[in-house]
Amino acid sequence: MTQETLKPQEKAALIELLYQMGDDDFILSFRGSEWLGLAPHIEEDVAFSSISQDMMGHANLYYHLLEDLGEGEADRLAHLRSPDQFRNAIILEEVNGPGTYLKEPEYDWAFAVVRNYFYAVHKQIRLDSLRHSSYGPLAEAARKIMTEQYYHLMHWEIWFKQLMTSTDEAIQRMNAAIEKVWKDFGGVLTLGPSYAEIVKANLIDDEAVMKKRWTNKMEAVLKEVGAGYPGEPRMERGNGRNGVHTDDLKQALSTLSEVYATNPATGW
Amino acid sequence: MTVGVSFNQLSEEEKMQHFLDRINAGEKIEPDDWMPDDYRLQLIRLISMHGISEIMGALPEKEWVPKAPSLHRKLAIMAKVQDEMGHGQLLLRVAEDLMAPLGKTRHDIMEDLFSGKLKFHNVFHMDAPTWGDAGIIAWLVDGAAIISQSMMLDSSYGPYARALKRICAEEVFHAQHGESIILAMAEGTPEQRQMLQDALNRWWESLIMFFGPKSAKETGNSNADKNIMYKIRTKTNEDLRQEFFTKYIPRIWSLGLTIPDDTIRFDEESKMWIYMDADWSKFKQIVSGNGPQSQNRLDLRRRSYKNNEWVREALAAKKAI
Repeated sequence: MTQETLKPQEKAALIELLYQMGDDDFILSFRGSEWLGLAPHIEEDVAFSSISQDMMGHANLYYHLLEDLGEGEADRLAHLRSPDQFRNAIILEEVNGPGTYLKEPEYDWAFAVVRNYFYAVHKQIRLDSLRHSSYGPLAEAARKIMTEQYYHLMHWEIWFKQLMTSTDEAIQRMNAAIEKVWKDFGGVLTLGPSYAEIVKANLIDDEAVMKKRWTNKMEAVLKEVGAGYPGEPRMERGNGRNGVHTDDLKQALSTLSEVYATNPATGW
Repeated sequence: MTVGVSFNQLSEEEKMQHFLDRINAGEKIEPDDWMPDDYRLQLIRLISMHGISEIMGALPEKEWVPKAPSLHRKLAIMAKVQDEMGHGQLLLRVAEDLMAPLGKTRHDIMEDLFSGKLKFHNVFHMDAPTWGDAGIIAWLVDGAAIISQSMMLDSSYGPYARALKRICAEEVFHAQHGESIILAMAEGTPEQRQMLQDALNRWWESLIMFFGPKSAKETGNSNADKNIMYKIRTKTNEDLRQEFFTKYIPRIWSLGLTIPDDTIRFDEESKMWIYMDADWSKFKQIVSGNGPQSQNRLDLRRRSYKNNEWVREALAAKKAI
């Protein structure tokens, strides 16, 4: 399908899906950028900031697809929507730890590794499926994104496996992070309330199929590093795909739009 | 050297003469070559300070990464700070090789930074309260860095010269990114222009300081002179500052901005810019860790170093899978 051949119902479903994926990358990229200068070593600062930059680029691609569909300028979509208009999963908006990126950050590297790794695994599955999307421009975007995503997944997988098989303290911290992420990771794995229309339009695989791929992969990886499988990933704080969010998102968006919102009409 | 006489059998004076002959002939010194201790120490001092300045320099811009006012600007500033961090890593690797024979490692560099023994560039101790500051940093601070680093592209120490080649290529993009931010604001609303002028006013003295004092008189040390003798650098601080003025003052004026120095002018007779010198006692205070943001930024690094101790231990305990 192209923009011209989309039926109204298909278009609505596509828009919903694009917001989910764009907002996921946008907000997690922001959380990643807060880590700059605070990573465990300088090599990681270089790698992580590169990943965050790539992810901001991916969000930008999705927002531009939305712009092409008449949703408004990509910059307005990124900077001027209210929190309840965001469709990202709740676990991706969560702060990196106590403090802020400018003052007294007590950031948790185990949480960063687990959240990014779990997300990268899902993102890979999602992109694999999108390559066959019925909407041509989306399939094309997915192919572009995959060339970078390959390295992101490899990066986080190395960190995950290494820390999960190291000192007792590392294992303990990593297990605590897994428990924390698991409580809300179900929010990443869902296609939200428009799920049926999204799948019907052949935009992406069925969420149950993709979820199964993710849980299979997780079961295998956790077994490999000698950890137990925590059961069904949950959505304890609600479904971000419905526009349900925490104060962490509100705070993030006010930082992200601080300058733009002073005058959206002018050039910056 | 005469064939048959091993280099090791030469006296210290002869080794020194051989070394000076090599650098005077434009040869590059490599990490495993013989070098006088003094040369090694000068390089360690210069390169670790440069490397750590790149790393600390990412922090003032980091403040503006999420706040950058469009997706395009966000992507550009993310790419820039990542480059800076990469420069820091590249330079620390060069410094580490030089420090290895002294039994020192990166850990020592970090400890020296935290204790204040290893200083970082004056500009990275300063406040960057608005988006205008992010523009001025990228345009003029990076512009100044290009001028001082280009002079060392032909440095007698091979690894440093090669690292600088890569670094300068990227710095050119940074300065263009900065210029693009500046142009957008200069052509924007009165508020944007005012924000830009305020940022220039804040940064001017720091930019004068960037190149260091005119002579050893102001700071009481002569590292710059020594580095010229060793062909690590080729120009004096004042040469560089004049070059900076010649390149940027006309551009600043052409944007309709005012330089916060009534006395600044080009003297046709001496072919030099006349300007108000910086307060060098203030400079000393700033680089000693008493600038407005010195301790906040050091605290970010100290805190992360401590918080991530368990990660370093975990990495040391086991090799990568």
